[in-house]
Amino acid sequence: MIGGLFIYNHKGEVLISRVYRDDIGRNAVDAFRVNVIHARQQVRSPVTNIARTSFFHVKRSNIWLAAVTKQNVNAAMVFEFLYKMCDVMAAYFGKVSEENIKNNFVLIYELLDEILDFGYPQNSETGALKTFITQQGIKGQTKEEQSQITSQVTGQIGWRREGIKYRRNELFLDVLESVNLLMSPQGQVLSAHVSGRVVMKSYLSGMPECKFGMNDKIVIDKAGKGGVTDEVGKSTSGKQSIAIDDCTFNQCVRLSKFDSERSISFIPPDGEYELMRYRTTKDIILPFRVIPLVREVGRTKLEVKVVIKSNFKPSLLAQKIEVRIPTPLNTSGVQVICMKGKAKYKASENAIVWKIKRMAGMKESQISAEIELLPTNDKKKWARPPISMNFEVPFAPSGLKVRYLKVFESKLNYSDHDVVKWVRYIGRSGIYETRC
Amino acid sequence: MEWANQLCENRQFGSKMTDSKYFTTTKKGEIFELKAELNSDKKEKKKEAVKKVIASMTVGKDVSALFPDVVNCMQTDNLELKKLVYLYLMNYAKSQPDMAIMAVNTFVKDCEDANPLIRALAVRTMGCIRVDKITEYLCEPLRKCLKDEDPYVRKTAAVCVAKLHDINAQLVEDQGFLDTLKDLISDSNPMVVANAVAALSEIAESHPNSNLLDLNPQSINKLLTALNECTEWGQIFILDCLANYTPRDDRESQSICERVTPRLSHANSAVVLSAVKVLMKFMEMLPKDLDYYSTLLKKLAPPLVTLLSAEPELQYVALRNINLIVQKRPEILKHEMKVFFVKYNDPIYVKLEKLDIMIRLASQANIAQVLAELKEYATEVDVDFVRKAVRAIGRCAIKVEQSAERCVSTLLDLIQTKVNYVVQEAIVVIKDIFRKYPNKYESVIATLCENLDSLDEPEARAAMIWIVGEYAERIDNADELLESFLEGFHDESTQVQLQLLTAIVKLFLKKPTETQELVQQVLSLATQDSDNPDLRDRGYIYWRLLSTDPVAAKEVVLAEKPLISEETDLIEPTLLEELICHIGTLASVYHKPPSAFVEGSRGVMHKRLPARTGSGESTESPDVGTAAGGSAPEAAPSIIPSQGDLLGDLLNLDMAPPTTSGPPPPTTGMQMGGMDLLGGGLDSLLGGDIGGSPAMGAGFGAAPAVMPASLNAPVGGGLGDLFDLGGVGMPMGAYIPPKIVWLPAMKAKGLEISGTFARRAGVIQMELILTNKAMSVMTDFAIQFNRNSFGLAPAGPLQVLTPLGPNQTIEVSLPLSTVGPVMKMDPLNNLQVAVKNNIDVFYFSCQYPISMLFVEDGKMERQVFLATWKDIPNDNESQFQIKDCHLNSDAASSKLQGSNIFTIAKRTVEGQDMLYMSIKLSNGIWVLAELRVQAGNSNYTISLKCRAPEVSQCVFQCYEAVLKN
Repeated sequence: MIGGLFIYNHKGEVLISRVYRDDIGRNAVDAFRVNVIHARQQVRSPVTNIARTSFFHVKRSNIWLAAVTKQNVNAAMVFEFLYKMCDVMAAYFGKVSEENIKNNFVLIYELLDEILDFGYPQNSETGALKTFITQQGIKGQTKEEQSQITSQVTGQIGWRREGIKYRRNELFLDVLESVNLLMSPQGQVLSAHVSGRVVMKSYLSGMPECKFGMNDKIVIDKAGKGGVTDEVGKSTSGKQSIAIDDCTFNQCVRLSKFDSERSISFIPPDGEYELMRYRTTKDIILPFRVIPLVREVGRTKLEVKVVIKSNFKPSLLAQKIEVRIPTPLNTSGVQVICMKGKAKYKASENAIVWKIKRMAGMKESQISAEIELLPTNDKKKWARPPISMNFEVPFAPSGLKVRYLKVFESKLNYSDHDVVKWVRYIGRSGIYETRC
Repeated sequence: MEWANQLCENRQFGSKMTDSKYFTTTKKGEIFELKAELNSDKKEKKKEAVKKVIASMTVGKDVSALFPDVVNCMQTDNLELKKLVYLYLMNYAKSQPDMAIMAVNTFVKDCEDANPLIRALAVRTMGCIRVDKITEYLCEPLRKCLKDEDPYVRKTAAVCVAKLHDINAQLVEDQGFLDTLKDLISDSNPMVVANAVAALSEIAESHPNSNLLDLNPQSINKLLTALNECTEWGQIFILDCLANYTPRDDRESQSICERVTPRLSHANSAVVLSAVKVLMKFMEMLPKDLDYYSTLLKKLAPPLVTLLSAEPELQYVALRNINLIVQKRPEILKHEMKVFFVKYNDPIYVKLEKLDIMIRLASQANIAQVLAELKEYATEVDVDFVRKAVRAIGRCAIKVEQSAERCVSTLLDLIQTKVNYVVQEAIVVIKDIFRKYPNKYESVIATLCENLDSLDEPEARAAMIWIVGEYAERIDNADELLESFLEGFHDESTQVQLQLLTAIVKLFLKKPTETQELVQQVLSLATQDSDNPDLRDRGYIYWRLLSTDPVAAKEVVLAEKPLISEETDLIEPTLLEELICHIGTLASVYHKPPSAFVEGSRGVMHKRLPARTGSGESTESPDVGTAAGGSAPEAAPSIIPSQGDLLGDLLNLDMAPPTTSGPPPPTTGMQMGGMDLLGGGLDSLLGGDIGGSPAMGAGFGAAPAVMPASLNAPVGGGLGDLFDLGGVGMPMGAYIPPKIVWLPAMKAKGLEISGTFARRAGVIQMELILTNKAMSVMTDFAIQFNRNSFGLAPAGPLQVLTPLGPNQTIEVSLPLSTVGPVMKMDPLNNLQVAVKNNIDVFYFSCQYPISMLFVEDGKMERQVFLATWKDIPNDNESQFQIKDCHLNSDAASSKLQGSNIFTIAKRTVEGQDMLYMSIKLSNGIWVLAELRVQAGNSNYTISLKCRAPEVSQCVFQCYEAVLKN
């Protein structure tokens, strides 16, 4: 199991050091600094073995988190734990930065004592942790409160405490998708997938039981065959169902129920959380198409023309559009002309950045640029990185639709109808690249 | 530490925001100041002081001097302060054990506190204080806490048992904590169950045979129930534990799989990977024609692909595991090639791993896409990545025959880019392509030759030289090209030198008239001016070959080479099986068994995939009537041997009788050619008989005088074998029992077999004398072994090449391997043998001295010896007397050393010499021994300790045999 956990700043100074096992000595702290943080070359692996000691590290801005062990630990678990550690810290004091870590080092030690025992990760749900790890001390607790805390930390529903009350029961549901594309210069889709998340904010009283439904092909086909839905239901939903390649769920979702019935039921954590993640690869709506044209004119000039076409309902508006056209390292000057938005050559980033605030569906826009090159005797050819794009659209490129979200709370007297529900779809670009 | 000084001023954010002030610079007398503050009456001041102490501790300052003052702050009802003091204690208790006792009372009291959080905190911290005296006091509170009414305390106590076991394993056993821990597996609270499982698994790891976890269908059922309810981390502990279970049959296996599959949808990647591990392992037991089997295969693909959308570090872990899964079960991901395409801003470690998997998945169906991608990658920036991409193109060519042409033209395009390292890498892979498809793509040689000057890496130079030598007859200026390399011969690396030597000899054999001078030059460079023994020896071999028999030389040097195999760098199957059992763990990331990177006894346990039930195992009886060829260990998928092996093969080529693997020997009767080479050839050279062949001219006759010296020098390994023909043997000092008759002629229709076993230069040999006492000629000899305790099996067929006439005797030595099937025999060293000839099949059994299984690297480190000696329970110790032995301890030690029994330490107590020795058996079992020798007493006492005590008796017999002979 994990033998020790260290946090360093960008210089390699230790901010936090907690050793759980005897086989990890103080010299491990220095070994990582010397061999990884101060190493001259780029990091070649997130797992490093130095003198029979293994170091796992992740970086958040310029903070290094390193877990150390001498045993054959579950590597995936160690990384999941390090991410979790970052999440917990962020939930307590915001951004994981050197300043915040120094300001909260006592708290961090306290957290590390609680969520990692002898190197074994323990309950690390912030909801539960915040009930008893605070910087105010827990002197005033009654006996009932204490046992409530422990039963929540160890209980089956570790993510929600009893007795939550809201005057207004409300639910916010965001379908956030990032659409990824790799396209050849000729416009052939090399790979495309959507990775989506369903993020919820729930402000519900008591211990509500929720059921979430979407236009999952498997569910809808099954319902269609079983004759449960009527003709009308079939014709409206039959075609619009989507094939989900795979999905993963928050630990509140009953996985065995999903496995057997494919229904998503759960008792939600309070506040904001990620209910599920999913991935689709079929019938993806690609919101934009990028058509590049690069021409080398002699050895000292490049002509670039890029056309972007929006491909969705004209009534919808895409926002925050940004096209990034890479330029060679020996660029000496660039002239750009674009029909819409603003374009700038950024020498430090070796790219022309073209920004458009808004763009409606079924439109097209164009940029052309002349790039002057310095003559070089470098034999190596320019690698021609792909043209990448960023945007945000108000629909789900996968075609996912929320069909229902039902809330049942038998003990308190509010019903599904009393809950105010909000649903929102946002599609963003993930890695959206076209080779040129 | 100058950082964060300025933050002190940020007081307006309230006290919570300014903890960083504790990190300020050390001033002189700071310790003194802190001491005063720690003893202050004001609570706030005390707390501030402790915080400062902890901050100093974090940055590595020694604040142990404050121990008593900090411990004084322990008795407080402020939980925050208490936790800080505990943190300090955990760090420094070990350096101040006597003072640490001061804290015990508080701990014991806290373990009875009304607040469960405090009870748990106390028991958790106590376990972290590794001071023996404290440990004693820990037992009672721990016992109570294990049965606490509050689950939070119980789950903490469960882990504490593992902590205590790490400090004092004996104590944990004596106090019966293990049983209490086992009971917790049935606890009503899932988190308690999970922690108990984690603790037991860890303890079980250091007692491989203890059966501590005692998994049975009932306990498995409990675990599977807890699996649905506990935290993500608990699920990982439980799944990892389940993976160690071997279901009784395929039905149980299926039902477990069914209950584990929902975990594949968990958001935590570690849960998913651990579930994949359980499924991959249990799948082995399912019959392949079962519907459920194919359903399961389909279910595995999507979650594996989803792992690739995790954070890059996890992607890396996932990819390393997918690499294993793809090798074990390629069908799972065969349609998922696209997800492994490299993204421009993937971190380099993700890119390299994806590339590896792409090649493994490449097939005729997707090769066009793959090639287009690889070509794209070859223009990237990162040098390692580009090289790997180029290499990958070559591997595709070898793997998918239909694509070879396209791959070659892609490689040529890349060579045109003139990017130095791309060109070099391309040439290296083109050489491999030539070896796979000989005489097909020579048209590209001209292009390659154009780039000769730009090659500066040894591997590329060697590859190019190989190509020139191999196709010398079609390259007009081959001699010029090779000559150009020869100029700086001594500055080249060995790899290039060897290749150049061979290439020029090839050239000479192909175009003898024009290249005599060149070949003489290279031979003299290699033999006279080089101090590299490999190069010299290869030079001499060529020299002699050329001078004695150019025809044979041609057949040896220009022999048809075996085609190289399709899949390179596959993980060896047994290792792969073991790694599959370690999916998700570090072992799967390193692609090494845990024993390779974990110290101590934890890594010793080898995990295996379960065997499929129902499939007919081979029969138990010595069913050896079939041809002997079948007895050879199953040919592992061929792997291109590394440089070292190739060299070994080269040297063995002429000596070894034809074996199933390895390059085919030259066609002229190998006995003659081989023997002559080393016998006759050598004699003639030494005797000054310069019988150079007519084609060679006199130039070759002048054999350099250094030669005999270099030949007589002791050379290890493969070279040793070179001179070790037919079991003549170099004296190794190992004990070899005298030959005895195993099979009398009466019982075997006139065939008498006698023999013995020996270990020579690390090779176990069965040395047989076959005598034909019948009237007719015997032919077609073959041998096979029944399964035996140490997996002994013939490493090759029995070499009786000539028919055995009446009254003729032949001595044969049969090399043995230890990778055959294993079955425990009684006595342990019993071996059942079947020998077949043209008349019948005969069975006999014999006993081998276990000493021939003692391996050469059996010398244990002193520290490890001590730890292991302690670690092995006393029950496993056995004592024997060796009577009438008149050696002194040193003589005994050196005699034993000859048989790979290594003396690690010697101690003399009251005129009695104690020798501590270690032995390692070929199957990895260690035997530790203590030999007591008293001056003037001819009786020795020996104590043997071993994790597998069954071997002790046999080992003792060896001691006796070795010492008395």
